[in-house]
Order: sequence, then C-alpha cells, then structure tokens
Amino acid sequence: MSAPNKSYDPVEVEALKPEEIERMRDEALAAFAAADSLDALHEAKVAHTGPASPLALANREIGALPPHAKAEAGKRVGMARGAVNKALAARQAELEAERDARVLVEEDVDVTLPYDRVPAGARHPLTTLSERIEDVFVAMGYEVAEGPQVEAEWFNFDALNIGPDHPARGEADTFFVQGPDGGTESGVVLRTHTSPVQIRSLLDRELPVYVICPGRVYRTDELDATHTPVFHQVELLAVDEGLTMADLKGTLDHMVQSLFGEGMKTRLRPNFFPFTEPSAEMDMLCYVCKGESVGNPDRPCRTCSSEGWIELGGCGMVNPRVLTACGVDPEKYSGFAFGFGIERMLMFRHNVEDMRDMVEGDVRFTRPFGMEI
Amino acid sequence: MRVPLSWLREYVDLPATQTGRDVQAKLISAGLEVETVEQLGADLKGPLVVGQVLTIEELEGFKKPIRFCTVDVGQANGTGEPQEIVCGARNFQVGDKVVVVLPGATLPGGFSIAARKTYGRTSHGMICSSDELGMGDDGTHGIIVLPPETEVGRDAIELLELVDEVLDIAVTANRGDCLSIRGVARETAIAYGLPLRDPALIDVPAPNAYGYPVQVTDPFGCDRFTARTVTGLRPEARSPIWLQRRLQKVGMRPISLAVDVTNYVMMELGQPLHAYDRSLVQGTIGVRRAQEGEKLVTLDGVERTLHAEDLVITDERGPIGLAGVMGGANTEIADHEVTEDGVNGTSDVVIEAAHFDAVSIARTARRHKLLSEASRRFERGVDPQAAAAAAQRTVDLLVLLAGGTAEAGVTEIIAPSAPHTITLPAGHPDKVAGVDYGRETVVRRLQQVGCDVYGQDELLVTVPSWRPDLADPNDLAEEVIRLEGYENLPSTLPKLPSGRGLTHRQRLHRRVGRALAGAGYVEAPNYPFVSEQVFGQLGLEAGDPARRVVKLVNPLSDEEPALRTTLLPGLLGALRRNDGRGSHDLALFETGLVFLPREESRGATHLPVDRRPTEEEIAALNAALPEQPRHVAVVLAGAREQAGWWGKGRPADWADAVEAGRAVAREAGAELIVRKGQYGPWHPGRCAELVVAADGAERIVGHAGELHPRVVKALGLPERTCAMELDLDALEAVGDGAPQAPGISTFPVATQDVALVVDKPVPAVEVEAALREGAGELLESIRLFDVYENAEQLGEGRKSLAYALRFRAADRTLTVDEASAARDAAVALAGERTGAVLRG
Repeated sequence: MSAPNKSYDPVEVEALKPEEIERMRDEALAAFAAADSLDALHEAKVAHTGPASPLALANREIGALPPHAKAEAGKRVGMARGAVNKALAARQAELEAERDARVLVEEDVDVTLPYDRVPAGARHPLTTLSERIEDVFVAMGYEVAEGPQVEAEWFNFDALNIGPDHPARGEADTFFVQGPDGGTESGVVLRTHTSPVQIRSLLDRELPVYVICPGRVYRTDELDATHTPVFHQVELLAVDEGLTMADLKGTLDHMVQSLFGEGMKTRLRPNFFPFTEPSAEMDMLCYVCKGESVGNPDRPCRTCSSEGWIELGGCGMVNPRVLTACGVDPEKYSGFAFGFGIERMLMFRHNVEDMRDMVEGDVRFTRPFGMEI
Repeated sequence: MRVPLSWLREYVDLPATQTGRDVQAKLISAGLEVETVEQLGADLKGPLVVGQVLTIEELEGFKKPIRFCTVDVGQANGTGEPQEIVCGARNFQVGDKVVVVLPGATLPGGFSIAARKTYGRTSHGMICSSDELGMGDDGTHGIIVLPPETEVGRDAIELLELVDEVLDIAVTANRGDCLSIRGVARETAIAYGLPLRDPALIDVPAPNAYGYPVQVTDPFGCDRFTARTVTGLRPEARSPIWLQRRLQKVGMRPISLAVDVTNYVMMELGQPLHAYDRSLVQGTIGVRRAQEGEKLVTLDGVERTLHAEDLVITDERGPIGLAGVMGGANTEIADHEVTEDGVNGTSDVVIEAAHFDAVSIARTARRHKLLSEASRRFERGVDPQAAAAAAQRTVDLLVLLAGGTAEAGVTEIIAPSAPHTITLPAGHPDKVAGVDYGRETVVRRLQQVGCDVYGQDELLVTVPSWRPDLADPNDLAEEVIRLEGYENLPSTLPKLPSGRGLTHRQRLHRRVGRALAGAGYVEAPNYPFVSEQVFGQLGLEAGDPARRVVKLVNPLSDEEPALRTTLLPGLLGALRRNDGRGSHDLALFETGLVFLPREESRGATHLPVDRRPTEEEIAALNAALPEQPRHVAVVLAGAREQAGWWGKGRPADWADAVEAGRAVAREAGAELIVRKGQYGPWHPGRCAELVVAADGAERIVGHAGELHPRVVKALGLPERTCAMELDLDALEAVGDGAPQAPGISTFPVATQDVALVVDKPVPAVEVEAALREGAGELLESIRLFDVYENAEQLGEGRKSLAYALRFRAADRTLTVDEASAARDAAVALAGERTGAVLRG
C-alpha cells in the first residue's frame, strides 16, 4: 500500500473516475466469460487481477488522491475488484466442473463386461450339507465325533449287537480287509455305517454323551443312478439319564425344521435294527408339497412321488446290550440314535437326479453349490 | 413275504370294504413294511370261461404249427354253438378242459379281445395260457389244461381266483413269524382289534411209539422233530386249482402235489416241512452233525462236501438232507410218470416237521451259499410249537387231495425247554417312550401279541413261542409302543449340557476347504479304491512306503483291490474326467483319509460284548487298523487365469501348486518350510518339498510342483499338470495356537530397495532369511519384487533378486542414516551367507 500523499496530481487520478473503474470491471468480467478453458481463464486472471492489471494499478493510485476523495475511490475500486474476483471464482468453478464432467465421460466403461479371470471355486455339496447338518446339532450342544473308516469288526458289528451269526451281518454288503498276510479273516472291514463312531464315543467320552457322527461309509454296491459303494451318513447318539423316545422324536422334528423350515415334522414307523430297541424308520413331511399331493392327482409331487412323506433313515432307542458292551449301565442310562444318508438328502433337497453326478467330481456339478448350502 | 388279501381274510374277518391299501396302511403303522400292494386282475374283464375242446384241425403251410379248434363253451357265447378258435399251443387234446376268452373281453395289460382273421381263419377268442392271464409261471409253457371234472361254461375269473390283492412285505430279520400268512394275519388281527382264527390251532394226535423211528443225537441243533407217515397216495393226483393259485400268488411255482402241499403249509404256518419218499429211506432217520468231508447231493443236483458243523438228516446209509436248508436227492419224492416198467411215483411219504438252531442253519446256508425258503425261516426264528400242527395239516391235505391214508404212528422228539420269561417293570414302556401308558395298557398290549403276563409292578412276561425275538425288556416296550402307535409319541427335547463346538481339527478341515475354494479350487472327493499299477505310473520307486497298501478281500473291481495311500490317483482321475468332458482349465482339491498299513500288524480279535473291553483290548483292536491320516491335495491344469478383455491369461504352474500348500499351512497356523525336493510324481526340477519342524526335528509333510512329464503321459493327463499333496493332520499337529497381534507403529515408514546378484542355484528363501536377520528389528517387512536373469549384464549362471525393505521403529521416526545402516547390515549378512553382491 502506498504511503499517504498530501500532494497529488489531479491528472493521474483520472483513472479513478467511476466510469473508468466500471469499464475495467466490465472488461474483466467479459474476459472471464469469454475464457473457454482453464488455461484461457488463467490468462484472463493474470491480465485482470494480476499486479499489472488495470484495477491493481487503479488501486495503487488511490493513495495519490486527496483525502476527501480517498474513501469514495477506495470503496469504488474495492467493489469492482470484489465483483471481478467473484466472477473469476465462479467461472473457475464452472470450467473445472466442465472439465471434470468431460473426464468422467471419457473414463466411461461398459460395466457389464464379464470378469471370470479366476473362476470361483466351490466345496462339494456333500461336504457342505454334512456341515450344515452338523451345525444344527452343534448349536444344540452336540459335539462332532469322528472315527476310522477302516474299522475293526467288533466296532462295526459286535458291539452294535450284530453278532457273527446275526442275519443283518450277512446282509450288510461288507467290504472285508485282507490281513497282513493276505488272509481273508482279519476282523477288519470298511465301516458299513458310521455307528462304530457311536461305540468309540461311548468308550472315549464322559457321560452324558451327545454326539453327531458324520462320515464316509462303504457297501459293496455297484455305482449306478441310485447306488454308490462309497457314501456318507450322519448319525446322532444321545446317552443320558432319562432319555425317551419322545426326546428322539423332538430332536428329529427340530432337525427337519432347521433344515427345511417351519411347520416341518417327522413320522416314525416301527422297524428293526439290532443296535436300537425300539427301532423305527423315520420319514419327514415332504417339504415341497407338505403332503398336499396325496390323493390329489391334479397336483402331483415329484419330490415325494405324491406320497407326502420322504423316507429319511433309521432310528431308535439305543439297545441296552450296546450300552453294556460299552460299559454303560443300562439300568441308569438310556439313549437314542438315528442315522441317514447325506446323498439321499442332497438328492431330494437339491433335485439331484443321478447319484453318479455326486461322485464323478465334475466341476459343472459342484460349482453352483458355492461355499455353503 | 407275499400275502394275498383273500388268504388273509380266511383268518381275520376284515370288513369287506377294507382294500389292500387300507390293510397296508394299518400294517405299516404296526411295523410291517408293506412295500407294495399288487392288484391282480385289476384290468381283467370277461367273458372268460371254461371250455372243452371238441375238434382240432392242424393247419399246414405256416412257419409254426397252428391249430384250428372248436370249443364248447356252453351258453357263455350266447348261442351254445361251438366257438371257433385259432391256437398256436400244442399241449392239449380233444376233450381237454381249457380257459377260453371270448370277444369283448380284456386281458391283463389292456389287451382287448375281438374276433379276428388269422392264418386264413377267423378266431373268435383265444385259448389262454397262465401268462396271458397274469397268473405267473405254472411251468407248462403252454395253455392251461383244467382238471377234467371242471364244469363247461363256468366263469374262469372266479374259478382261477384271478382278481385279488397281494401285499408284498419286507420282513425284518427279527420277525421270522411274519414269513407266514399266520403271522401276518396275527398282526392284522391286532391292528384291527379283531379276533384271529389261528390255523395252527387244530387237533393233533398225541405222540406214540408206532411212528417212523427217529433218533436225534444233537438236541441242541434240533430241539424238536415230528415225523408222520402217509401211505397210498394216488401218484396221478394233482394239486387243485385253489392250492396252485395260492402258491402262485405267494410267488412259488406248483410242482407236484406232495411238494405243493409242504410248500403250502410252510406258507400258511411258517413251518418248513420236508417229505421223504418212504420207499427210499432206509431205516431210522437221524439228526446229527456231519462228518467233515461227507458228501450229499442236494435237491438242486449239486454235490456238497459237508462241514463238521453242518447239521444233517441221515438214514442208515448216511446224510439224506441238509437239515433246515435243503433235502437230499436220494430220498426225493418222484413225480407221477408212466414208463415201460409201469407207473412210477411216490405213494408213501414220511413228513418231517422239525425245529433247528437258528445259528447253525444260518452258518450252513452261508457256508454252502444255499439260501432256501426253509433256511430263511429257521434263521429268523420258527415257532417250535407249530411243528406238530404243521405236520398234521400236511397229513390232512395229503389225505384229502391224494387219497392217502394217515398212519397212526406219531413220532415226536422234544428236547425239554422252559418258555422264555422276562421280568418287566410295569412302568418300563412308559420310561422308554416318555408317555404315561399305565400298567393296564401295557398288560393288554402284551397279551395281544400273545404274552402271558402276571404280577403288578413287576410283570412276569412269558413270550409266545412264535416270537423268539422278544428277549429283553426293551423288546416288550417296543411291542407296547408300536401298538399304541409311534405316531402318538409326543415331541420333546432333552436338556443338553453345553457343548464345546467343533474341535480344532474339525475347524481346520472346514477352513482349508473354504480357503482353497476361495482361491478357485473345486472340491472333488474320490473313491479310495486304487490299482497297484498306479504307483508305477506315478513314478514311485520300488521301496516307496506309499506302495504298501491295505487290500480288500472282495473289491468291487479286481483292477482296484487296494486302498489309497495318496489322494493323487483319484484326484488326477477326476481331472482327466473333467478334461475329457471339455473342461480344460481346472483347479481341483480333495481332503480325505489315506490308509497306511502299520509295520507290525495282526488281525483284530473278537472281543466279548457283555462288558466294556479293557483299555488293552481296545488298544489291540486299534493296532490292527491301518493309520488313517487326513491328507489334502490339489491338482491344476490349463489356465489358472483366463485371457480376456483385461489382457492375457496365465497357465497354471508349479508356483500355484506350492502356493496352495502355503495357503493350507497358513490356515493351520503352521510354519511351512518350502525347499527344493525330488519325489517320484513330480518334475525333478520343479518339485518343492513341504516341511514342518516339530520338537527340533524336520518332517516332510508333502510335495508340490509340476508333475513329471512321464507321469503326465502315463496317466493321460493334460500337459504341465501340477499338483500338491500334504498330510493335513501333521500340519495341524504343529500349528500354533491363537495368532498374536503385532504392535502397530504409527511412525513413518522408511523404504529401501536392494537388488542382489547371486548364483542361480541359491534359493531365494535363503537370501531373504539372511536379509531379514541382518536387517534386525527395525525391519517391518520384506518383499521380493523382481527376479532377473541376464548373462550379459549379470554374468553366466547369475541372477538378480530385487527386494523392497520397509523399516519402521516403534517409538520414533527413523533417520535416513538409521534405515541405510540397517539395509547395509542386511546386505552384508546376505553377502556373507549366500555370496550376494549389490547389483551395480
């Protein structure tokens, strides 16, 4: 800012005439408006607001004015510069917005392009369905128990009340394992069910025992659309004081509700298994038609063949002889158990039509099942 | 067991409105698994009548002999005139009574009958075979010839009982009693709350000393033997239609009157019977164990070498039957036959109705692979008290149908035995079911199944002779609960103690699956059956431990008798299958058990079941099993990254396989040492050995890399297939517990890049380890960002490794000098250890 000047030159203050200042302002505004790019605006900015711009020079001359004129001239120049700066900022913002918009347009892509650079992997539905079932029971307080697949006959048969001459033993379609010398009677088999894990659980664990035993089992069936020699079961065992068949029924009902939704229930039909007494076959209400296809030819149900019920597996109260073989006092403890095949459930829960699809490892089959089921 | 509803109704007065389906539902709810209800003659429509053949004209000039017949069908055709019928069958003659279907009728299968031109004549109907009527095989392979006394013009649908319903029941192993109409009728009667007319409740004469001589020397194997004799059978007598039809409906083929009658009574009462031609039995009939090596030709014509445990029926000469399984050919009843020597045929028979030990029969049947209707029943339990009645029933039918004479002699040998009695607390069924049935209901239900029940709170229950399966209190509880209806059980939940969730091993198994699937691998679980040739194809050396396998006695395929010791054969098979089906870019994984025989192993012993085995006994059983660790494996082929609009793709290579191993180790929290290795299946220059350290010792837990080109060729795999396999259980064992949180410094990072030149064979992992150690604790992280080989610039056999080092202190901003000093120390140690020099 220039120092106060008591002696002034009236000629020099010509530039501070109001019309001059208005002209400078209007020229600046016109230049900004005419600037069509940020670069052009920058030039206009230097020309009209820089130190050598007319308004800057005019401002400098205010000091030369007589005191009485200073205030008015200062106000006039100040207003003009204010208007110029405001217009500059506005134009600047305008041009920047235009530039940004243009860049964004230029960067436009086709977002529908597919992206299968590394195609997704997947876990096998037999694995994830088994885990899903395990989780239902783990949430109730059960623990998951595992055991060997090559198993001693004592665990697979004898301890389960299937003695050497029991008809069920001959019907089990068992794979027998050669002894170390190639002998055929090694007493070792590929387990035909996951029930030996129940025996191991009773021997290994403190009472009460609440376990769920998932796993692979083996029977000498040829692979076809409905059979596989290697398949998966889930079995449950509960041994405690005072367990009843009603508890078994409630546990089954809870399971099918967890897996298939509210309103689901199970049905028990008497049957025979050596390791349970009483024994039952268990069915679940058809989760698709809820039984409404029965006697209703207009609405046939493919899932349950219009039977209304889907056969699940076997269950019952643990035979006291099994408890005895495991050193559990059958006078004090009782238990229930059930078991069913995962393949079967996968078939009716996910419309798998051919058992072979589940065993061949075709990625086209497995991929759609993803991580969880 | 096939049960015709018409036969069932003979013993239970079912309401006429009850259909087979209704009975099925009732029986299923009571515990009999009625699989199907067959509707016999459901679509059959008459007129189907008895006719008599009047004339037969043989038509010549056709490919097969054809007959043009006239048949008298009485008034059935409305005119009384003979019916003209063309027929291709030959097993009838003029005067025979036959079954004639007339125009307008429909045969089973919806086959409509109309007058039609054939072989130049018009056939007004058909003469029928049993097949065409849906009756099953009658063994004649021709048309049905009815007994001469059959009335002409009579409705044959009724005569042949063609319309019926047959329940097919899958009888469980414990319910031998339901392998008879009697047993199923009893269950039906209970289910409907109706009385049973027990066909075994017939008058039986008391045993006496005049019967056929029998000596049982093994009363344990045979605790009951009844022998009766019938003489003077008319050899030409045939089974009547009703009897033949019932046998056909239960699935048996009529053979001859005496055989048919014994089969019929077996089906009716469940008691297997045998009829010997008396003229062929020499002397006393005996029951004993066979002598080892004794021979017997059974009725099926097979000569069998007997085992010392086989129970046999004998006469003076030796074995004449395999007790409870099959009779011998040497005393077989002869069918009626006219020969030059005169009329042959059995006229006198000795009937055996015995009771044999279930286990003995089961073993003999299995040993000789001879499962008969008789053995099936004895194995599952036959009512010993029904033997005398069954013998009497057989005698009665032979007298009635073959004009025989029952001899007065009645032989009956019975080993003394007490009825089976069970003590049952009256509240036990309630406790088992979780339902208040009350004593009264319990007693009533047990009496319904045939038990005698005494006592108040402690019930003394004597089980009926036909239910040997009722042995324990729980068996009786089941009877009560099933008859009260399983469908009426309430639904309650037990109160569980709190569980501990999944084990570490189980969680790891899941995590590994998720991590690999997340990295693009698809899970493909495979059968564990392998051939022994595959180990050669995998390039395993002769002494490789993986060649020691567990073998099956009865593999599904003789090609694959062994259990896997590695996951690779199965997983590579899945890879090949996918590739063959047109999926070429593949990343598969599997987790599963492998089976490794122990060095020293004996067979598993059989332990008792009346007590808990000792720890030593359990340990001995476990020692008989192979080790069964869980492995994880991946295989890769084709592109790991696809080419696309984003740019080029990238083929799967050894590094992907190694990285899969690292990913698994990360999940296990195990520190995995990767170093250059060499192992059969892998490319010798592209094989990583995966190692863990535990208790100061290193252990190889797996391998990864590109497969050996020879293996790729031998197994027909896509080129450059890569694989990784490791022992997941071993990884789990060395895995750390919970990860520890690092301290996070908020001071600025100082970055220093170094390029080091080393000899090519120097593993990068060693350079990095030296840099890490030399840099000291200021080093926050280190990353190899480039590997460069250029003989001109670096010299022959040299490579450049470029590392980015990030330094940071916990408590201050590092000066440039501090960071540089740490870098220099790192480079110096790397130089010392690996000969690395800074790239100029």
